[in-house]
Amino acid sequence: MRILEKRQLMSAEEIRRTLERLAHEIVERTGGAKDLALIGVRRRGIPLAERLARAIRASSKAEVPVGTLDITLYRDDLSTVAPQPVVQSSEIPFAVDDRDILLVDDVLYTGRTVRAAMNGLFDLGRPRRIRLCVLVDRGHRELPIEATFVGRTVETTDREIIEVRLQEIDREERVMVMDRVD
Amino acid sequence: MPRFHHLLAIEPLTREQITFLLDQAKPFQEFQRHPLKKLATLRGKTVALAFFENSTRTRISFGTAASRLGADTMNLQADSSSLKKGESLLDTIHTLEAMKPDAFVMRHSASGAAEFVSQRVSVPVINAGDGTHEHPTQGLLDALTIRDRLGKLDGCKITIIGDILHSRVARSNIHLLSKFGAEITLCGPAMWVPRELECLARNIRRAARMEEALEGAEVVMALRIQTERLYEPGLAADEYILNYQLTPERLRLARPEALVMHPGPMIRGLEIDPAVADSPQSCIREQVTNGLAVRMAILFELIAGSSELPENAKDSTHASH
Repeated sequence: MRILEKRQLMSAEEIRRTLERLAHEIVERTGGAKDLALIGVRRRGIPLAERLARAIRASSKAEVPVGTLDITLYRDDLSTVAPQPVVQSSEIPFAVDDRDILLVDDVLYTGRTVRAAMNGLFDLGRPRRIRLCVLVDRGHRELPIEATFVGRTVETTDREIIEVRLQEIDREERVMVMDRVD
Repeated sequence: MPRFHHLLAIEPLTREQITFLLDQAKPFQEFQRHPLKKLATLRGKTVALAFFENSTRTRISFGTAASRLGADTMNLQADSSSLKKGESLLDTIHTLEAMKPDAFVMRHSASGAAEFVSQRVSVPVINAGDGTHEHPTQGLLDALTIRDRLGKLDGCKITIIGDILHSRVARSNIHLLSKFGAEITLCGPAMWVPRELECLARNIRRAARMEEALEGAEVVMALRIQTERLYEPGLAADEYILNYQLTPERLRLARPEALVMHPGPMIRGLEIDPAVADSPQSCIREQVTNGLAVRMAILFELIAGSSELPENAKDSTHASH
């Protein structure tokens, strides 16, 4: 099986404008980002969380801490995931108790990553609230999970793959729809 | 990516494999500071702790590591009845295997016992000490402690003191550190530090006197002295203390800030002076905490990573959003 590029979903400029808009929405709906902390889900949620935090700071003057979460230990598919899973560090340099937590990830698909991330957060304390922000919601949920802040909603088939490529990790900046071809 | 089916010894591992395992232990070090120290990662898995030789610390450490990952344990202890009744090692292992554990953690007084068992069971085997051969998780936890404190393993200068000949801890440490170009000095009574040890790995030298052994050391590791061996002809406890005890005066010959390590259980006043054991240079307790992190990482690696994979499993990395 091969994976081929099908079409571009977002350009670098569209990503930039989308994050800008999301930052404004977040400030508006979190009471000026007071008590807000962002947690990026490894890997591509991390640069997105950092960019959002910068934009939120710029527009609200609120100091928004950013943490990172690795969900490997909380996955429900460890026995089927390949290649073998590699655990990485979670760095959350603030107490999550009573915090207003915003999880940030690139793509919302089955909802299982978000479920795992929430379990990981509960091990660190009891946040007052957990919300979710994603760059792309592509549907096909397997759990009753929805995002509070969505950059772009797109209809996909289950053969398609959404690839978010970010400068910090991939040395390019765009969102692609890929197709699996037998 | 070099991965593992068993963990039997440090000697056959590459530098890259060791670095990978040490890196995998990092997230579990953080985990020890969590308020809620319980994962569900290995829920429903069972780890057989088969300790054919007495052990307290290592057994508790592996048991706690398994429990914090959410796994259950079955315990075989050295003084338990079947061993006393004369059942063979293989029969005991096959009995445990029939209860379907997902991994064996094994300690045995015979060198090579873990490898022997690994060839006869279908699940991963972790060597928790076999005779005078190796104790690989101890080697890894010591390396993790050194790497954290010194910032690197490459070229570190370590002095190991005591009964090197009979020490599986020393052997695992020597194999591991020498792969990173460490300069290793062995010191102790001549009968415990025979010349043959120099052939074990690269960059090993022997020193007869502590003064010579400690000069310039960045890491000083005192080994446990088994008191029963002190009745061997030619060596009394008083003599060992006089010549080889790690005292504050002797420690001053090493680098300032040199790390003091001990695999435990330590006997204060025999191989180590209490003032050294409790000094800020001592990382003996850190070793214990790091032991949990290393053992969680190994159990996770061998159990979560060892399932039979379906052909199309590659897709699931993409499908995990």
